[in-house]
Amino acid sequence: MGDASGTPILAVESVTVRFGGLTALRDVSFDVRPGEIVGLIGPNGAGKTTAFNVVCGFVRPTEGRVRFPLIDRDGLRPAQLAAHGVARTLQGVGLFPRLSVLENVMAGGQTAVGGGFWSGFLGLPSAVRSERHLRERAHAMLARLGVDGFAMRLPSAIPYGVAKKVAVARALMCEPRLLLLDEPASGLDEAELDDFAALIAGLRQDMGVLLVEHDMEFVMPLVDRLVVLNFGEVIAHGAPNDVRHHEAVVAAYLGVDE
Amino acid sequence: MNAFLTSRPVSDVLTGVTNGVIYALVALSLVLIWRSARLLNFAQGAMAMIATYVGFVAIAPHANYWVAMVVSVVAGCLIGALTERGLVRWLYGKPELNPVVAMVGFLLVLESVAAAIWSTSSRGLPSSFSPIDWQLGGRPLALSPFAAYEIVTALVVMGFIAGIFRFTKLGLRLRAAALAPEVSRLLGVRVNRMLTIGWILSSGVGAVTAVLVASNYFTGLTPTAMDGVFAFGFIAAAIGGLDSPGGALASGVTLGIVLQFVSDYVNANDVILVALGLLIVSLMVRPNGVFTRDAQRRV
Repeated sequence: MGDASGTPILAVESVTVRFGGLTALRDVSFDVRPGEIVGLIGPNGAGKTTAFNVVCGFVRPTEGRVRFPLIDRDGLRPAQLAAHGVARTLQGVGLFPRLSVLENVMAGGQTAVGGGFWSGFLGLPSAVRSERHLRERAHAMLARLGVDGFAMRLPSAIPYGVAKKVAVARALMCEPRLLLLDEPASGLDEAELDDFAALIAGLRQDMGVLLVEHDMEFVMPLVDRLVVLNFGEVIAHGAPNDVRHHEAVVAAYLGVDE
Repeated sequence: MNAFLTSRPVSDVLTGVTNGVIYALVALSLVLIWRSARLLNFAQGAMAMIATYVGFVAIAPHANYWVAMVVSVVAGCLIGALTERGLVRWLYGKPELNPVVAMVGFLLVLESVAAAIWSTSSRGLPSSFSPIDWQLGGRPLALSPFAAYEIVTALVVMGFIAGIFRFTKLGLRLRAAALAPEVSRLLGVRVNRMLTIGWILSSGVGAVTAVLVASNYFTGLTPTAMDGVFAFGFIAAAIGGLDSPGGALASGVTLGIVLQFVSDYVNANDVILVALGLLIVSLMVRPNGVFTRDAQRRV
């Protein structure tokens, strides 16, 4: 909370999503401000992933809308996200299997100018230069996350915890103002979890973060606000400590989970 | 030394390589499209043949050979882009058989149209390379200036394509879009544009191939000039692995050499039989291609 104020970077406004007869989300509203980490939690099937997909433009809301007030856009298509400073990581890691770690991260910097089709096609010096620049940026990003040593490996040959960091490095390459993390903690061990929490906490200086997560111990100390979904509806919304004792939440999720 | 270089096995290798680089180019062209669009372009040879007619007959009939070749390649790229935008784009996400039938149909249409416009009689292209073998110590080396021209051109094209994919941001985008379209989209890659560019590159390679094939003094340019070459290139791509450009090239050249030995030592009529046999065996043993790494595709 503290430093989070002003215009939100993401505003989900009364979004309802129906797939045929199934209502996946009902009248869901929340927002994310710059400098803020917001957690989206809920039991399996609560609609977390659908909410994420709505934000990314993979799923269109049946009612309501998704706005990006800080960049003055109403809804973005997936291919427009990166150019407008919205980055997303995927469940698991979602790295390109046969590109090296470095190339994976480079692929995240596609929105930088230069290296267009014709210069690349003709092998012009400008294309080579911009490729080299991108390569250096990718190295720097890997170094920032402390995984530069794995740059030339294939994703199949690196530890899972490292792959997760590489996925974040790739997402950060477009210099996002909103970072969407889909289950960042899944599959990590204790030490990796602490490491990852520190990493995410460090990102909030530059951007707003929205994360979907199962692991309550990971989420609670990390986030400024929690949005709790159950059966497609927001059942609680607020600071972690308030939400923790919310009856509906305890009933729906926390009590059952332990 | 001369006796060795002009010996029967070495001659077979040289002839085999000359044929093989052409199969390799066809295979490369097919792989470029398969990797990005998961589609077998059965009209690949016919599209390339049309590009050659456009360059050497329609637009630049009296021009210098190299000018006409450049025109053909540009025409090939355009044909590729138009085919992707106008025809193939409507086939994505349809049942698997639809694109096969559509591309075979497109092949027949192109060959009929070419025959209607330019007739089926063969035309020679004015390449300045002699098809007569060099002599070594009074005996022919199984390599002519024209064969050398074919091999060098093929290597240049392969190097050019490899350079784009390895060393440019465009290449990175193309590879990323092929491996995981949805993820690429999230990263800001315009996947549809990458598909079009894949077709442009593939058809450009195809046009160079068809010009080389049609420049051959003994065959010339006909509407069906690419049929035989396409069949062997297709087999090479299937054996080498449709996902593996390097594998396609290696298997193209290998196939050329093996078939030349079959033709020389067994019987020229058995060549297609052996080629199909190799295809069947390789599909039984390694259905993903002899040269493919065992990597699962995950989107």
